Amino acid sequence: MKKYVQIENVQMSFETRQGAFVALKDIDLKIDPGEFITLIGHSGCGKSTLLNLIAGLLMPTDGVMLCADREIAGPGPDRGVVFQNHSLLPWLTCFENVHLAVERVFGKTEDKAKLAQRVNEALELVHLTHAAQKYPHEISGGMKQRVGIARALSMQPKVLLMDEPFGALDALTRAHLQDELMKIVAATKSTVVMVTHDVDEAVLLSDRIVMMTNGPAATIGEILSVDLPKPRNRLALANDAHYHRLRGAVLEFLYQKQAKKAA
Amino acid sequence: MIRIRKHLAEHWVPPAIGIALFLFLWSMLAQGSETLPGPAKTWDSAVVLFSDPFYQKTPNDQGIGWNILNSLGRVGIGFGLAALIGIPLGFMIGRFGFLDKMTSPIVSMLRPVSPLAWLPIGLLVFQAANPAAIWVIFISSIWPMIINTAMGVRQLPQDYLNVARVLNLSEWKVFTKILFPATLPYMLTGIRLAIGTAWLVIVAAEMLTGGVGIGFWVWDEWNNLNVEHIIIAIFVVGIIGLLLELLLIQIAKRFSY
Ligand SMILES: Nc1ncnc2c1ncn2[C@@H]1O[C@H](COP(=O)(O)OP(=O)(O)O)[C@@H](O)[C@H]1O
Ligand SMILES: [Mg+2]
Repeated sequence: MKKYVQIENVQMSFETRQGAFVALKDIDLKIDPGEFITLIGHSGCGKSTLLNLIAGLLMPTDGVMLCADREIAGPGPDRGVVFQNHSLLPWLTCFENVHLAVERVFGKTEDKAKLAQRVNEALELVHLTHAAQKYPHEISGGMKQRVGIARALSMQPKVLLMDEPFGALDALTRAHLQDELMKIVAATKSTVVMVTHDVDEAVLLSDRIVMMTNGPAATIGEILSVDLPKPRNRLALANDAHYHRLRGAVLEFLYQKQAKKAA
Repeated sequence: MIRIRKHLAEHWVPPAIGIALFLFLWSMLAQGSETLPGPAKTWDSAVVLFSDPFYQKTPNDQGIGWNILNSLGRVGIGFGLAALIGIPLGFMIGRFGFLDKMTSPIVSMLRPVSPLAWLPIGLLVFQAANPAAIWVIFISSIWPMIINTAMGVRQLPQDYLNVARVLNLSEWKVFTKILFPATLPYMLTGIRLAIGTAWLVIVAAEMLTGGVGIGFWVWDEWNNLNVEHIIIAIFVVGIIGLLLELLLIQIAKRFSY
């Protein structure tokens, strides 16, 4: 089967004042279309680095990275990115923020009305039609994050990349957005790579959980397949024995095998 | 009612007391002095002066209104030219590290030089008083605009640049949608500082160059020993400076996110 994202033997080191710092080594990962992958690991292990490599914001020092069989040579509209701190432009309305992305991808081939329609559809997908003309400072943190998701999805990317998208939100808002994300992904059949440090979030959303070892020179420790049927319901899972086994496996990896030495 | 009274007490009473105290001290000083006119005498003189602000007797004897407008005109032209050159230059210096390092010694060295030191150069190059005065305004107001614009560009959050890269925005879009709006508040600070300096400098420059303008007017009244007019000029310069400042603060407020 054709792989959507292919990461082969990738190594990433940063030039620092103390010399080269190897953040990631020997990363091998293949992602299928429509798969939901989460990257989990302790803080500083290199999750963001790996995501930024896929996004094309960073270039690997060694190895091969492909997206839909094409080498990743930089950021591209085939990979939509949602940042941790929403990163909306504060001087543009929600509509304009999304429009910026739509215009870039479809502006050459489609007329104004069609572009506006795409923006509206993207905002509708995250239930924010009513906030289209609002500025980012006029809406809540959860809404901003939804606009960020709409902006990424509006480009119709092959892969949606998210770096702890709900990390800065309160627990209730986070749960709500996770539920929405599951619906959106089911509807759009998106391929998703998401960084998280939340075990429940990982098990709830993922098809596979990629667990990373501690840095420096972090790599993929284990990959856990989450074979819970979809659509998933957080309430039903609360009493599901298999869910708890999976959750236990991730916890064991994080707090036994890769236990952080007390700082 | 209580709310209004509290607002009055907090916002209007202290300045009113300050002004009253100032006028009181001024009149005390004036009573003890032979030459310094008091507030009342100055006020009477101002009423006469402003009753006909736009008369034109000779090229060098015109109403206070003309003097003010001429000074504002010079500031406007010099400042406008400085903005035209300084702001784009600031953008480039902020964006390209090489240019920054290249220009930084020159900017640091020339910035502290008193603007009036540039007047002889202006007179030499332009062979005329009016362009020389404008030149002095230009040179005094260009530094804050370069420095603040460059600072704004340098402080652009990495997040916004990542958005630009991820969305693959063209250089033009990056400029109009990200760089320019993100830098605007810094630019406006530069503009405000520049206007302030320009207005400070114009009085001194005009004293030296002559012609019609508030600075030369002060000098002229000094030669006439008309102290009331000198005091009026000080107030006029102060009030116009204050109004310019308030105007720019209003504009800046409009563009803070
Ligand atoms: N630009 C950089 N230069 C030097 N070191 C970096 C850079 N970016 C990340 N690192 C280092 O790489 C490691 C992984 O960082 P990161 O991917 O942000 O971790 P995570 O997202 O898992 O918390 C950290 O030790 C971090 O200090
Ligand atoms: Mg991170």
